[in-house]
Amino acid sequence: MSQAILNEPVATSRTPSRKRAVGARLVEWALIAIVLLYAAGLLVAPLVAIVYGALVEGGGAFVRQITSADALSALKLTLIMAVGATLINTLFGLCIAWVLARDDFWGKRVLNGLVDMPFAVSPVIAGFMLILLFGRNGWLTALTDALGIKVVFALPGILIATIFISIPFVIREVVPVLSQANRDQENAARTMGASPWQTFRHVTLPAIRWGLLYGVSLTFARAVGEIGAVLVVSGGVSRLTETATLFIFRSLDDRNTVGANAMAVVLAVVSFMILMVIEFFKRRAEKNYSANVTASTLE
Amino acid sequence: MKSATTTINAAPPRVLPWGRWGLRATAALYLGVMIALPLAAIIANGLHDGLRAFWNDLSSPAAFAALKLTITMAIIVTLINAVMGTLTAYVIVRYRFYGRGLLNGLIDMPFAIPTLVTGVMLAALYGPQRTLGAWLKAHGIEVIFATPGIVLALLVITYPFIIRAVQPVLIEAERSEEEAAYTIGASKWTTFLRVVFPTIAPAVVSGSLLCFARALGEFGSIVVVAGNIPGRTLTAPVYVYGQIESHNERAASAMSLVLLALSFALIVGVEWLQSRKRRGNVASDPE
Repeated sequence: MSQAILNEPVATSRTPSRKRAVGARLVEWALIAIVLLYAAGLLVAPLVAIVYGALVEGGGAFVRQITSADALSALKLTLIMAVGATLINTLFGLCIAWVLARDDFWGKRVLNGLVDMPFAVSPVIAGFMLILLFGRNGWLTALTDALGIKVVFALPGILIATIFISIPFVIREVVPVLSQANRDQENAARTMGASPWQTFRHVTLPAIRWGLLYGVSLTFARAVGEIGAVLVVSGGVSRLTETATLFIFRSLDDRNTVGANAMAVVLAVVSFMILMVIEFFKRRAEKNYSANVTASTLE
Repeated sequence: MKSATTTINAAPPRVLPWGRWGLRATAALYLGVMIALPLAAIIANGLHDGLRAFWNDLSSPAAFAALKLTITMAIIVTLINAVMGTLTAYVIVRYRFYGRGLLNGLIDMPFAIPTLVTGVMLAALYGPQRTLGAWLKAHGIEVIFATPGIVLALLVITYPFIIRAVQPVLIEAERSEEEAAYTIGASKWTTFLRVVFPTIAPAVVSGSLLCFARALGEFGSIVVVAGNIPGRTLTAPVYVYGQIESHNERAASAMSLVLLALSFALIVGVEWLQSRKRRGNVASDPE
């Protein structure tokens, strides 16, 4: 439906006068030029600069930095943490989204508000919260000590921090598709004797899959790129707990510009690929969504 | 299973009560442990020694300057991106031009690229030894390790927020009203001010609030480009980081509480605007 509006030719004004049409054209070109220049200056120029910088320093130095043991282990840790956080947040996110979209009970609005908090909290503060919970004299330190788990300045802390900052994405993408998904098919499946799980697995999940995948890819992108929360929780500079972003941070501290730039280029390329995946899922999700909305308004 | 014998049109069997309660409990427990508990810890810690200590921590010159800088930067950036974001959304929705699809995808870049990488990229472009940075420096303009660097970083990070808020509203807006105004003889500018802007104003405001909240909390890009000089280019989140590093937890908590309260108020504001919009839609719907 929105597609139809998008494809409508723009210059449909009944050309009051030729002079005015020319003026309108000029304004249009000027506005487009301003926007393109702004976007290019803000988004493209820095990207070009860093790739240029990495090449100018010599391809050899770049490759050496990126294939160093530190860099490789940092990339590996980032991958593990991002995949772990994405899995956990997808699982719980689906559950929470279902509750928010389909259930109704006292306190639901509080839960709904809590979901948005990670967007409102500065990542540094998110990391600090975990220190207050799990650090020295923390609220939960006695518990984790008894279990023999070290959270802060260790991998569990990094994982929890990554989970915290990426909680909202799956939920915020799935709730709208779940609320407007066609319930008739679900009801039919249930009346025919399918269990709630079967219904979810074979009816609901296929209906929400693009929205879900869009949320999952956003979660993953956010998890890969996190610095503030992870920096605070990892306690800085132990190479065992160094993610790719922490590698960049330490390289900057050590005035190792080549290393920082090289890893930044790698992360930028990875994010670009994730961005393309995100755009793909988003397009599919929007198509599905508008198709469903049209279907439900036609009924 | 007792309702399995009823007709197709009847309500389907409800999710088993324990299943429903299990899901509710899982959702509440997860959000409670992962989000509410950490929030409670920081609030308790910040107010632990009373309001006077809280106030003393905040009114130290470094803390006050950091807060003031952060809010000033956030306001400047929000104003610039409110204009440029609205313009970008308008151009993308209403004009057809070569590269439009690319631009539309590129706008999501700040969502995907790590903020720290954004900082490194800006340093690579505007750093004092780099091409553009060296040229600017020769003309007396310092970007990196100065406030223009902070503004630039925040502009990049928050660019998508207002665009993504305004775009759907513009797509939905009635073109006919606009064309009517235009054919009656209103200029493009008058049409925009009188017809288009009132429709998209709530979206611009809620997008701006989100942009402002994001700018308040930004760390990754700023820590690279700002230079973090106390009293001059040290922003509030970087100040919090410094206080944590020097084991001054109470000062970190106090500043965190202020930032939290500000962002919380902003998020509530956005929620309120959106719920008002939903109600407005329902009220104006003839059916």
